[in-house]
Amino acid sequence: MGSHAKVMSVWVRTALVLSATWLLAGCSGRQSALDPQGLQSEQIRQTLFVFLVVATIIWIAVVFVLSMGMLRRKREAAQPLGLHEEFEERSGRVILMLGLATTVVVLGLSVVSYAGQRTVFAKSENALTLKIIGHQWWWEVHYEGDSPDKTFATANEIRIPTGQPVKVELESADVIHSFWVPSLTGKMDLITGQKNELQFTAKKAGVYRGQCAEFCGLQHAHMAFAVIALPPDEFGRWRDHENQSASSPPDQLGRQGEALFRARGCALCHNISGTPAGGQMGPDLTHIGSRTTIAAGTLPNTPATLGAWIADPQHIKPGNLMPQMPLQSGELIAILHYLEQLK
Amino acid sequence: MSMAAEPNELRDDVLNGLQLSTQLERVWRTPSGLFGALMSVDHKVVGRRYIVTAFAFLLLGGVLAILMRVQLAGPEKTFLSADKYNQIFTMHGSTMMFLFAVPVMEAFAVYLVPLMVGTRNIAFPRLNAFSYWMFLFGGCFLWISFLFNVGPDVGWFAYVPLSNLQFTPTKRADVWAQMITFTEVAALAVSVEIVVTVFKLRAPGMTLDRIPLFVWAMLVTSFLVMFAMPSIMVASTSLILDRLVNTRFYDPSSGGHPLLWQHLFWFFGHPEVYIIFIPGTGMVSAILATFARRPVIGYPVIILSLIATGFLSFGLWVHHMFVTGLPQLGAGLFTASSMLIAVPSGLQIFCWLATLWDGRPVYRTPLLFVIGFIVIFVLGGLSGVMVASVPIDTQVHDTYFVVAHFHYVLIGGAVFPLLGAVYYWLPKITGRMLSERLGRWNFWLAFVGFNIAFFPMHILGLIGMPRRVYTYTAEMDWAHLNLLSSGGALLFALSFALLLVNVIYSLRKGELAGDNPWSASTLEWATTSPPPPQGFDRIPVVKHRDPLWADGESLPVVAGLSVERREVLLTSLAEAEPQIREASPEPSIWPLLTAVATTVFFIGSIFTPWAVLWGTPPMAVTLIGWFWPTGSKEDEE
Repeated sequence: MGSHAKVMSVWVRTALVLSATWLLAGCSGRQSALDPQGLQSEQIRQTLFVFLVVATIIWIAVVFVLSMGMLRRKREAAQPLGLHEEFEERSGRVILMLGLATTVVVLGLSVVSYAGQRTVFAKSENALTLKIIGHQWWWEVHYEGDSPDKTFATANEIRIPTGQPVKVELESADVIHSFWVPSLTGKMDLITGQKNELQFTAKKAGVYRGQCAEFCGLQHAHMAFAVIALPPDEFGRWRDHENQSASSPPDQLGRQGEALFRARGCALCHNISGTPAGGQMGPDLTHIGSRTTIAAGTLPNTPATLGAWIADPQHIKPGNLMPQMPLQSGELIAILHYLEQLK
Repeated sequence: MSMAAEPNELRDDVLNGLQLSTQLERVWRTPSGLFGALMSVDHKVVGRRYIVTAFAFLLLGGVLAILMRVQLAGPEKTFLSADKYNQIFTMHGSTMMFLFAVPVMEAFAVYLVPLMVGTRNIAFPRLNAFSYWMFLFGGCFLWISFLFNVGPDVGWFAYVPLSNLQFTPTKRADVWAQMITFTEVAALAVSVEIVVTVFKLRAPGMTLDRIPLFVWAMLVTSFLVMFAMPSIMVASTSLILDRLVNTRFYDPSSGGHPLLWQHLFWFFGHPEVYIIFIPGTGMVSAILATFARRPVIGYPVIILSLIATGFLSFGLWVHHMFVTGLPQLGAGLFTASSMLIAVPSGLQIFCWLATLWDGRPVYRTPLLFVIGFIVIFVLGGLSGVMVASVPIDTQVHDTYFVVAHFHYVLIGGAVFPLLGAVYYWLPKITGRMLSERLGRWNFWLAFVGFNIAFFPMHILGLIGMPRRVYTYTAEMDWAHLNLLSSGGALLFALSFALLLVNVIYSLRKGELAGDNPWSASTLEWATTSPPPPQGFDRIPVVKHRDPLWADGESLPVVAGLSVERREVLLTSLAEAEPQIREASPEPSIWPLLTAVATTVFFIGSIFTPWAVLWGTPPMAVTLIGWFWPTGSKEDEE
């Protein structure tokens, strides 16, 4: 796209500023296609605004002609079939021209769209690869490394380095879900029996919220996640840390919690690397203490919310697969303490 | 047969005036009493029932919409549980699409098309009655299931695997899939009737280029139904088979594929939008000609646009699947094909603008709704061009932007013309005018309420709100726009309450309409309001595209049809030259009985495959009753 596109983008920016200040006052933009923080989302916004400008002009023109047609002074005429042949002929030509103009506009927009599409779906070689598996109603995340010991799993929270392309491979364990982080890029479905792929690059460090966009059953509304973009060196440190197994609890209460985690059945579904807890049904909890949210972005991760969740998960997110385990309050405190220190 | 008619049979050329009307009315009327009402095969009676029933479902679907808007008016509201909300949005979509939008357009066609082409009854009137009963029973089946908490909760497009037995072990998905079967049968039946009525029952002289635009629109729609519905029939039947007898059409572990469902569904689902919209354009053309006081400019352009829209509508279903991981170039081509449909739609808009420009508009309520239609629909069409772009769609797909878009095209493109049509044609149907003052209030409330309800949804989608979420957290900053939208929805709902009041008022105290209250040009205005059972005393002869404007009071007629039995005149396809006198069926209870038998079979077969065995004999019996030869006189030259 040449200088014409640049002129357009000035237009676009003005339109953006005007509409954004007017319409979106107070919008945080954590999950917004209008506040792009990635290469792909920026491209999409640009395409969007080209379309928006064209559409606005056309709509105004139509409403203008409509109003003029209604307001203009009308000739007196005897009856409905007093045909104005001259007008019919003239308007016939105009209609035909407008039809041609419409064709040209939509074909032009198709080209603009396809150019944007090529950029958005361009693939790069040196991408960081993640595998994401959708579940009802949470996200299983695997970081693929060069070697098996660099491979680890987490859930509902994805950390990525800024400036580096990230490739997510998308699969589903049950029904169709859709991976969507509007601030970084458009969505892509996770389809049973099919492998999809999406690439994006975060430009700035920050926390970007994502959410399942394909209706996936009862708790579709509570299937969010966070993408945390970190500067590359910080990401490297996080990755090294995440790659380690869980540290054994330093205190008595923590050790008690670890034992109860197995004894009360938690370990049947949850994995904690470096311990005998190896369940694969639910989210990996190896570093649960360092995550920002629980229950797929439903609640912030604090001792209070995590405790409430363990005590009665069905109250917070009815229908999810985690059963309510009968726990003494002392046992709950021990397990909570144990999980909190799994940083 | 070459046999001559019995010499003593009375024809309508020997009777005149009141004598003729009375005699024809005796032959064509629906029998009295409840039993008689159940036997009716009069297209006007069936059409009226169809219209009322479809509006009843609109009311129900609207109540659901209000419930959703209450739940979403603020963050983390607990007005509805997740389970109730999911049932309600599924019921809202399914009701509006399958029980309101498609049937109501067919309903108007059932009532109006035979009158507009100048014949006495629709083709296959018993099939018509059967179609209505199937529609009614299917709708009741869905809603009664919902009241018993077995309402579908998988969305109106019921994607697999979510709607598979594994993830929906209850009967909820079966109820949805079988309701589709009911409405398909009903819609296919009406389509066949409309096509045959338009092709064979037109008044003499109504050549192809004299057919009213509304009739053209319904003809194109009927073909769309016939080509699109089989696809969803295959889809929903395969789904029921997967669920009931463990076939594996959609199971990837056995070589099936979830995307097969999406292709089949949207191959129907996209034309479906035009099945709803094209009749709307027909209504717009009819209303516009009458109130702009001139024929619509570009008659051939509009017809070619309708046909082009029909064809193109089958070539763009993939734009519903842009984020399923399809090959990029292919997806890009579907962007172009999707946007190209803007060309025929645009041409129609240009024709209407030119008509209004050159006409001398009379601003009565029907015309207000048409103007509202243009303003809203063009906006919806343009947001449609946006969602047709692959990169834009990856952001807005399955968000409130799309919710806004399709309400703009469906409410703007179909409901506004429909409301205009109610104000326009109800005087013909009931014989009484609606109040103009209430009508204006109705229009402005609808127009303002609609835009307040739906415009903010565009922005909500862009700032990240996915559709079909039963709640959202306060930190998402979606609360204000949602509250605004809910307020608008209330206003919009109020406008429908006003319509109801207006209709009830009109039925009791409305001004008498007379034959042609709007000085319109098409044939339905040539008969009384409401029309007599026979439609017309004598079949009109058409010499002009706008017969009542060209021939005024002295519309030419043909004579020679029997007045002793039900008879219609068949004419040739292109030139509408009289060909043959054809018997038209008498009232019959068999269509109702057949519908009951079919209903038992359909409902039974979602519970046990054995229903196919014990469900078919009753159907066979009722069909034999239906088609039992009555020994009536054979048609003659």
